[in-house]
Amino acid sequence: MPIHHDNSPPPQAQTGAPSILVRELNYRYPDGFHALRGLSVAIAPGERVGLVGPNGAGKSTFMLHLNGLLSGEGEIRIAGLPLSKEKLPEVRALVGMVFQNPDDQLFSPTVFDDVAFGPLHMGYGEEEVRQRVAEALAAVGMADFAERMPYHLSVGQKKRVSLATVLAMGPELLVLDEPSAGLDPRGRRQLIELLDGMALTMLVSTHDMRLVDELFPRILVMDAGQIVYDGETSAVLNDDAFLRAHGLEKP
Amino acid sequence: MEALLDRFISVDSPIHCLDLRVKLLATVGFIVGNAAAGWRMAGLCAAAAAIDAVDQRIRAVAGFGALKRSFIALPFMLAGFSVVFATPGREIAQWTPLGLDLRVTDAGVVRFISIMLRTWLSVQMAILLTATTDFPALTHALRHLKVPAVLVSIIAFMYRYLFVLVEEAQRLLRARASRSAVLPGQKGGGGLLWRAKVAGNMGGQLLVRSMARADRVYMAMQARGYRGELLTMTRHTMQRRDWQAAALMLLLLAAVQLVGRV
Ligand SMILES: Nc1ncnc2c1ncn2[C@@H]1O[C@H](COP(=O)(O)OP(=O)(O)OP(=O)(O)O)[C@@H](O)[C@H]1O
Ligand SMILES: [Mg+2]
Repeated sequence: MPIHHDNSPPPQAQTGAPSILVRELNYRYPDGFHALRGLSVAIAPGERVGLVGPNGAGKSTFMLHLNGLLSGEGEIRIAGLPLSKEKLPEVRALVGMVFQNPDDQLFSPTVFDDVAFGPLHMGYGEEEVRQRVAEALAAVGMADFAERMPYHLSVGQKKRVSLATVLAMGPELLVLDEPSAGLDPRGRRQLIELLDGMALTMLVSTHDMRLVDELFPRILVMDAGQIVYDGETSAVLNDDAFLRAHGLEKP
Repeated sequence: MEALLDRFISVDSPIHCLDLRVKLLATVGFIVGNAAAGWRMAGLCAAAAAIDAVDQRIRAVAGFGALKRSFIALPFMLAGFSVVFATPGREIAQWTPLGLDLRVTDAGVVRFISIMLRTWLSVQMAILLTATTDFPALTHALRHLKVPAVLVSIIAFMYRYLFVLVEEAQRLLRARASRSAVLPGQKGGGGLLWRAKVAGNMGGQLLVRSMARADRVYMAMQARGYRGELLTMTRHTMQRRDWQAAALMLLLLAAVQLVGRV
């Protein structure tokens, strides 16, 4: 299937505020490790951005800040909202966050319960929740697994269900931490098509440079807690020396 | 271990559809009544037979798993062993280990068997409850019964983290097993002290890793809108059937008390 880029403006574009705005973000883990060193970035509504960088660069750490699960020094605004205590529930409804490790994402007795968790806690009624769960599971090709136990799925299946858990919440912003890791070629292709068909703001970390090339016109390269490149994907993918310097390679 | 914990059985049975509060109160009522009943067992056994017969489908699905689970309270049952000696009655055996004078009485033996049976029945009842009620619904029922939210949250998290702990332990054990290779003709495993050290380290690892994982699971819940209260989609308005079941259970409990005290 040919890849097409849907560039129609998403609904919330008019509000003007960037989807993600981060200024001078610094974070130290409790053990003192300085994981984020002065990160600044702005992502406009509807933009799709790839986040790459070597292991330990701080990608996951950065993503955990985007719905207030970690809070470092600096400013973060999501769709114009600060991550204050009062605004957090609102922000979390906007940000669909999928963790790197699906075992952290899935915690309910059945796949259905796990996917229903988000919409249920957002306050939707039973009918609506059921419908959202069905749609989300269908979107990731896991409709037949609703009654299974999440712990007993394969890694790739867990990954898909993880994605469904946030799709069911109808977020405006997808933050995905290595969504294609562990997927078989068909699953990966389905993921690319699924993401490509959604008019959402996306920030997706990955080591899969081909995925970046296909989906993300803009790329952030992180290394050692800093953003070392922020710009057009095509430019970076042709700079062999730069890629090698940051442990990356051409697709 | 997992067989011990994966308890909810997803079929539609009459018990599955009962109101949560009825189920919960019936279980608690049964267990309390059971503990308070005299040691004559006839009535209780009848009640147990009735409960066992209530849902063949559940028993069929639960099968061996349920049987295994029902011995979860075995250590507690054995703690009651001392009544064998402590209850006054006709002496049927004497035992003098280490200068102790232990006399087994007939009343003591009957009482011990009664305790074993009653404990086992109580566990059965709890298993029936958990097999027919999914856990979020159970915690939700506790909230409806006006149990404080903090307490219910603690219960909910203890439950979830039990899985976390078991999963981490399985991972660690698997990692150890897969690297515990032994060359032919060699004695594997190292000395006792070394093994003890490995086991000790693994215990520490288990704690640290479980806590870290518990942290991340909590994050995942927060990320999806958890604000301190678990919600459920299980229906909970009392219907006629629920009142009937409640009344039936009440009668049964009263009957057991009467028969048990004769
Ligand atoms: N809980 C923690 N405590 C202390 N240091 C941590 C913790 N979690 C991560 N780190 C450190 O922070 C740094 C960034 O980790 P992070 O997980 O964000 O990297 P990443 O870019 O996502 O890497 P990967 O590509 O392997 O997923 C690493 O050096 C890591 O060792
Ligand atoms: Mg990571």
